[in-house]
Amino acid sequence: MERLEAHDFNEVLQHSPFHARADNLCKLKNWTSWNGYQTARFYDTLASEYFAIRSSCSVMDMTPMEKYRISGPDAERFLARLVTRDISKLRVNRVTYVLWCNDDGKVLDDGTIFYLKDGEYRLCSQHHQLDWLLISSLGMDVTIVEETREVAALTVQGPTSCSVLTEAGVVGLDQLKPFRIMHTNLNGFDLMISRTGYTGDLGYELWTDPDNALELWDSIFDVKARGLYDVRPIGLDALEMVRIEAGFIMPADDFNTAETTVRADHDRSPFELGMGWVVSFDKGHFTGRRALLKEQGRPIRRRLVKLMIEGNKPPKDSFLYDRQDGRRIGTIKTNIWSPILKANLAMADIDYQNGSPPSEIWAEIYYQKELEWRATWAKCSISEKPFWSHPRRSATPPLPY
Amino acid sequence: MIQTFDCCTFCYMREYDAVVIGAGHNGLTNAAFLAKAGLDVLVLEKNEYIGGATASLELHEDWKYSNCSYVCSLFRPEIYQALNLGRHGLVVVPLQGSTTFKQNGDYYGNYHQLTVRRREVARHSKRDADASIRFDADLMKWCRLIRSFLLRTPPDPTSFKPRDVMEFAYLLKSFHKLSESQIYEFIRFFTMSIAEYLEEYFESDVILAHFSGGSIIGTGLGVYSPGTAYVLLHHAMGDVDGNVGSWGFARGGMGSVSKAIASSFEAFGGEIRTEAEVTQIRVEGRSTRGVVLASGEEINASIVVSNLDAKRTFLNIMDRKDLSDDLYKRAQNFKIRGSSGKVNIALDGMPRFPALPDGSPLTLGHMHFTDTLERLERAYDDWKDDRWSRDPYVDTVIPTQYDPSMSPAGKHMMSVFVQYCPVEVEGGWTDDKRDGFGRAVIDQIADYSPNFKDLILHAEVRTPRELESEVGLTEGNIFQGELTLDQLMFNRPFPGYAQYRGPVKNMYMCGSSTHPGGGVMGAPGANAAREILRDLGKPNTAPEDFGDD
Amino acid sequence: MTSCRVIVVGAGHNGLVCASYLARAGLQVQVLEALDNPGGAASTIGFADGYKVSGLAHILHSLSPKVCEDLDLYNAGLTMGLSLQTISLDQKGDHLQLGENTVSGEGLTEKDIAAYADFKRDFRGYARALEPLMMNKPPRLKDMDFPDKVTLAKLGWKLRFGLGKSAMREFLRVGGINIHDVLNECFDDDRLKGAIAVDAVMGHHMGPRTPSTVLTYLHRLRGEIHGPQNIPQGGMNQVVNALVKSATDAGVSIRTGCRVSRILVSDGKAQGVELESDEQIAADIVISNADAKTTFLGLVGTQELDAMFAHRIHTTRTAGDVAKIHIALNSLPVIKGLSIEQLGQRLLIAPGMRYVEHAFNHAKYGEYSENPVLEITIPSLSDSGLAPPGHHVMSVCATFAPYVLKKGWDGNRSQFLARVVAVVGQYASGFENQIVASQVLTPADIETEYNIAGGHWHHGELAIDQSFMMRPVHGTAQYDTPVDGLFLCGAAAHPGGGVTGIPGHNAAQRILAMNEE
Repeated sequence: MERLEAHDFNEVLQHSPFHARADNLCKLKNWTSWNGYQTARFYDTLASEYFAIRSSCSVMDMTPMEKYRISGPDAERFLARLVTRDISKLRVNRVTYVLWCNDDGKVLDDGTIFYLKDGEYRLCSQHHQLDWLLISSLGMDVTIVEETREVAALTVQGPTSCSVLTEAGVVGLDQLKPFRIMHTNLNGFDLMISRTGYTGDLGYELWTDPDNALELWDSIFDVKARGLYDVRPIGLDALEMVRIEAGFIMPADDFNTAETTVRADHDRSPFELGMGWVVSFDKGHFTGRRALLKEQGRPIRRRLVKLMIEGNKPPKDSFLYDRQDGRRIGTIKTNIWSPILKANLAMADIDYQNGSPPSEIWAEIYYQKELEWRATWAKCSISEKPFWSHPRRSATPPLPY
Repeated sequence: MIQTFDCCTFCYMREYDAVVIGAGHNGLTNAAFLAKAGLDVLVLEKNEYIGGATASLELHEDWKYSNCSYVCSLFRPEIYQALNLGRHGLVVVPLQGSTTFKQNGDYYGNYHQLTVRRREVARHSKRDADASIRFDADLMKWCRLIRSFLLRTPPDPTSFKPRDVMEFAYLLKSFHKLSESQIYEFIRFFTMSIAEYLEEYFESDVILAHFSGGSIIGTGLGVYSPGTAYVLLHHAMGDVDGNVGSWGFARGGMGSVSKAIASSFEAFGGEIRTEAEVTQIRVEGRSTRGVVLASGEEINASIVVSNLDAKRTFLNIMDRKDLSDDLYKRAQNFKIRGSSGKVNIALDGMPRFPALPDGSPLTLGHMHFTDTLERLERAYDDWKDDRWSRDPYVDTVIPTQYDPSMSPAGKHMMSVFVQYCPVEVEGGWTDDKRDGFGRAVIDQIADYSPNFKDLILHAEVRTPRELESEVGLTEGNIFQGELTLDQLMFNRPFPGYAQYRGPVKNMYMCGSSTHPGGGVMGAPGANAAREILRDLGKPNTAPEDFGDD
Repeated sequence: MTSCRVIVVGAGHNGLVCASYLARAGLQVQVLEALDNPGGAASTIGFADGYKVSGLAHILHSLSPKVCEDLDLYNAGLTMGLSLQTISLDQKGDHLQLGENTVSGEGLTEKDIAAYADFKRDFRGYARALEPLMMNKPPRLKDMDFPDKVTLAKLGWKLRFGLGKSAMREFLRVGGINIHDVLNECFDDDRLKGAIAVDAVMGHHMGPRTPSTVLTYLHRLRGEIHGPQNIPQGGMNQVVNALVKSATDAGVSIRTGCRVSRILVSDGKAQGVELESDEQIAADIVISNADAKTTFLGLVGTQELDAMFAHRIHTTRTAGDVAKIHIALNSLPVIKGLSIEQLGQRLLIAPGMRYVEHAFNHAKYGEYSENPVLEITIPSLSDSGLAPPGHHVMSVCATFAPYVLKKGWDGNRSQFLARVVAVVGQYASGFENQIVASQVLTPADIETEYNIAGGHWHHGELAIDQSFMMRPVHGTAQYDTPVDGLFLCGAAAHPGGGVTGIPGHNAAQRILAMNEE
């Protein structure tokens, strides 16, 4: 056997193909690890990045997102058995949101399936899933290749994202409907664009060969240089704000993924995450089906809910009670202050009784003023719908903001 | 302070509350908790130094080495805290990663930086990089479960005493916290071989070999022997400051551990005598009265605690007539298999390992040179036939890279733990054969380090025989008895004697032969102290488990 | 599409037992067998012109007496043979003869002879204590139902009060260890230790030093609680004939020569089977006598299973290590010091534990044993119809012959046969020249011929992690499977292989109990 090519042990975090540009723009060098890649938490200020998403155009390097190429005669059968959702109606050049469970019906991860061409799919996920995909491929004629590093990806999100990309040279983007894919050519290189995102806003995800990465980045930022539209790079912190506003769940932050769960009962089923709508029992067998069928027949025990918290004190890591000084019924998992709603929003794990949420929910909030800690109570309400959404997200063609 | 008494009359006059036979780390731990409870305690040690298998000795002029145990991770932080060992001079520095060299010139580096480690696993197998997430989580489940039993006395499953029934219920309750499939998975883990267990996760040969090593260290079993997966826990469930599975160096060698415990013990008013070999536990009626030393001196004590392994305790220093036939037979049949050797080497400089890139941090951790399960298993086959492994598995560390206290600046000390080396080779050990064993080990390392042999200033080769005669461990077994299913929990050392009490009144055991077994853990010593204090009706000083919910 | 109430896939002895019980309970049962004859591993085959032998199983150790009685096998033609002694061969002619409680032979010490009786008594005691686990479904360890609790309570009672405090402690100690250590504790004589060790390792991927060989030994020994090892009158085939008769009398219909290619599943429920001929047969209940890999990965297909369950089935260790070798002889072999009557017993070649361990060493690395361990019978001595007059057939279980041979079995069968013949020749001079014809069934051949994945005696290693409530894997250890209406009844299920009929019996009880719910 050949000696395998070594990697640089000094490079603790890997560089994405966009790194040279990101490094230039990242003023605070506020790096963190995203799947082992050096990723900015923010470039300039959180507020400016947040409003780039909600008011103009944001660009984020999403190369670290795990990507798998799934192909072969059994590719569709494989995916159908993997995920809880009925994907039999998925057509070529379309995208769908999915999640998948272990045998016990506990969620391993969520992601998106891109139907690239006949017998060929891309699965994007938040976490490393190769092991599970290969376990799931037993007895199926399917090839699974991890291609995270082989595909450079940018997400361009915001009201002017369509306009910016059009100015950058993408033709026909305004006709692309949500969850659709188009293949195009930009400055001589192949580019795949999907109208997808994690912001609840108008936006696109761009996929290309790493060799074209810098050129892609430059052609987008050139629109700004030409003085047409503002374009800003954004980091993980701004994304966290908008994804909570849009009501998207984040595995490992909002709930423990089943694979990494050590303590019994610390993992979550799709129903407990409020994701019952992606579970389809009449599509044939999928992993976790038996467990979920059983669970469906019982009153739900707890749920991850979207929680709006009154007042302006941040409910970070707060316990939740059924009344002030009452019984403890849950905890806040992630929370943000929404600049657009002027409200505290959170994802919270709450115990249900007889299948229903408590009639009242109170958060006990500890906060600090000049190093002195105070405690207060804030009333909370569950939001069944996303906290915030905008019609431009799904309008085709999008209005030229 | 270590005192050597010349005046025997003084001793005769004195009756100790307790004597502890052997100043190993468990003996000292036990003594410290008894002294902390206000008992008048004497520890007797046959060697001129304390620590037993946990000692730092001189290897070569200006070189120190840890004589037997060489890295530290299992030591219970509860005991560390309760005995104030930090103030008594103990510093445990985390070790940085580990590596396995491959025969084809490549290597697997288990870097301590998680992202780099992940990339390194992926270099050998992308699948394994992801499978290790599943593996780590599963191993953590079993660690949590077993750890909660470490500082507890095992119940007797045949007993109907309330305490045993309660303790058994605790055990069952711990299991009940697991889901049904986790219970089965735990049983599987507990009974499987490490190779077959790992093969359910990993595919890369070198990764399988790398993670299997911990399961055979100190054990007379091969990587394909059922039960070895569990042994992995004895090398994986330790932690340094919450980093589970990581190992550390005790600054100044493992002797620092026993020194710190001894210092704590003395601060509680305890007394240690070295060069005081106990030859007999005196029994009058059905109760101990004290011990007799090799010098003939008799020491009176109300309680006698043996830190020696079960064979030495029952077969060497107890009178045959004080033991029932059943117990005598059990002691004879107790499985202590010498399977390990050690080579300690003083080096004139740092050896080069050309397979590693320049500046690689991998030499800072454990280094191994066996890259397939088959080579590991074949090493075991040699041992089964009473030969040392021709292709031995070695666990090599060079602590002097970041412990400045053990060698002159720029010079190094290498500690090599070797699996397998038999207690008896065909035809019996001779000096020549011992050197042959040493050569096999040095050759194994030299295959990967061209300047290694030239740097050797002094090498001390230890087969089970030397380990036994110097340290006092029967057959040099580092666990004071195999960690096989028949010798764990309520079966350790023997069924019916797993609660630290000996066959006669006021006699106790506190060594690694008792639950939870070997490794520099301190738990047997602490658990025995708890039982002794309980019998005396004194408040307990031995710590509870920190707990983990 | 035709339909019936119950389909049993495979007419092995467990399939027949299960079918018989269900038919007696009033269910309509159809057994489908791929081969031309029922009986599976216990059926008789011709391997050369005029020479016949029992295909795989050649000695009856432990056919459950309850099964014999319930299914009226004695009236259906089954008559047990005489107790078979085990004779461990010695090159010098100092053979050991091992009976149930006695051992004799040149050079044995009084101490060992006495120790043998004690050893057998103690170990039969342990085997008896485990008996509640045998004739019931293995209890779940959480959320157990009432019968599970009864089983555990019985087990606890038998361990604590059946054995008594000190024997229970001793059992808990030896339960998990290896036979090597136990035998060294008990005996001095190498020949004796080697002969006993064979019973612990034959059929398993284990050597005497492998921990858990005490349990495999107990598995083997448990038959002795009910009666001695023997060859039934008329040969092993009589077991099959009796089972077939009992089943058909009860109304079971048996179709041979029809291979099931698929178990049909939809909406999580078994709907029937599809034959290789594309014929489909609908059924309410499908019972598989096949091993777990064949059943789940082959017949059901991973599509209908959860991923980790399928993975666990896939990683079960099912590689067999025993080759079955049939040798046609033109005359009786001559072994120094053995009478003709003794030749008719169960002969072992395993002169010491180290010999056995060395034989096993090879198997770990995908090699066959240089000096294999052999269990030999000459069935033509008790059933003269198996060979032409004056001629004989020898049936040999030879271990270790791994399922996956590193250099491949093709072209190496004869090399292995040569090793076996050479080893036998060390005890029987002139043996080589008596051979008329021979057949070697490696585990790989057994897989193909008998549709047993891995060609494993027990349809899967009887290691602790693949036993009891983990057999074949947890999640399908109580005969029912994750697929509603699909059950296991073969050796892959608890308590494993051997011609016992117990998995078939337990599966039938389970199905009937679930039917009542």
